[in-house]
Amino acid sequence: MLSAGPTPHTPLSKWSFTIRALNGKSASWNWDEFSALPRTAIDTDIHCVTKWSKFATAWEGVTIDTLLAEAARHGVTPSSYTMAVSDGGYTTNVPLADLTGGKGMVAFNYAGAPLDPEHGGPARLLVPHLYFWKSAKWVRELRFMENDAPGFWESVGYHIYGDPWREQRYSGDP
Amino acid sequence: MRLEWKTATVEKVVEETSRTRSLILSVPRWPGHRAGQHVDVRLTADDGYQAERSYSIASAPEDEKLALTVEKLEDGEVSSYLCGELRVGDVFEVRGPIGGYFVWNAKDGGPLLLIAGGSGIVPLMAMLRHRAATRASVPTRLLYSSRRWDDVIYRDELVTLSKNDRALQVTHTITREVPRGWKGYHRRVDRAMLSETAWPAGERPRVYVCGPTPFVESVANELVALGHDASLVKTERFGPTGS
Repeated sequence: MLSAGPTPHTPLSKWSFTIRALNGKSASWNWDEFSALPRTAIDTDIHCVTKWSKFATAWEGVTIDTLLAEAARHGVTPSSYTMAVSDGGYTTNVPLADLTGGKGMVAFNYAGAPLDPEHGGPARLLVPHLYFWKSAKWVRELRFMENDAPGFWESVGYHIYGDPWREQRYSGDP
Repeated sequence: MRLEWKTATVEKVVEETSRTRSLILSVPRWPGHRAGQHVDVRLTADDGYQAERSYSIASAPEDEKLALTVEKLEDGEVSSYLCGELRVGDVFEVRGPIGGYFVWNAKDGGPLLLIAGGSGIVPLMAMLRHRAATRASVPTRLLYSSRRWDDVIYRDELVTLSKNDRALQVTHTITREVPRGWKGYHRRVDRAMLSETAWPAGERPRVYVCGPTPFVESVANELVALGHDASLVKTERFGPTGS
């Protein structure tokens, strides 16, 4: 399990999620606004870099497609790369193409119940086709970047992209 | 730079407790490591089946040989071999070192607070061995939770290290049966124990917590409740499941 420090316990009253564009524009939702957005449920397999996989896990959340469509109304224009920023300051980089087209969501329910803090709640990024550290726990912000850049995990030795099918665990893996 | 698989030859096996043993390895072209890092171990069966697991490095960067300490897990297909049939002279593959976050260098300073649950002591022992090897005088406290006195890994070495070093304080707590006449803590690590044994938050210690996931969750939450800066509390969680 990849967690580098104490589990943050952000109360829902202080929680918000923000998408920040390169042009300085941003869109933010507080918990009530976020949970009122159209929801999507998915069943998917997940793959942890520490060698385990879990099959047919059930998640519910808001897809990045939905969030981007909402954010566009605030003038937020996407760029090719993103940095997911979490409580505690942890970051991980994900190309936009790996989040759109139904591939990524901000998930807040797991197996029919609210996601608990130990597993990344109140909300975590979910990018199931990449190694699970990319599914940033306690995510609070998606920041657009012009070029790909390593986040926290990638700067301490994990792979810049993290494709489980190519076993891209550590930096330098082909 | 790619982390290549390298051949490790077992030079020595040290039985630490009934469930743990240390493997002293010779690894040609080992690039060196920092205290707190781990390696991936890969076993290949005669039929080509491969299994990989991660293990913490127990040796100090200054030690001549790489040492891993492995705990036998129920149904652990890798650990049951490493803690069972494996003999001196056997070989397997290692890849590493891995992990650039849960690491401590004597130059980082302190005070240093190490909190271990069970085999979570292993990467912390690498830090203590590194501290001793560099003769660092960084004020250090170790709080180490074990089920039983006989489950305490590196028990004698910890006695020796702390006996010769006034700047190192080692505190044990035992969560199950205690030896006759035991005067130490006999419960899980809790807030009261942390306030009595850990550096106060105001000293801004560098904290490393390692152990099973529920242990680390609980200890890290209590440390934050006691006022420790979350950014100074580094955690490493062991466990077969989680996310």
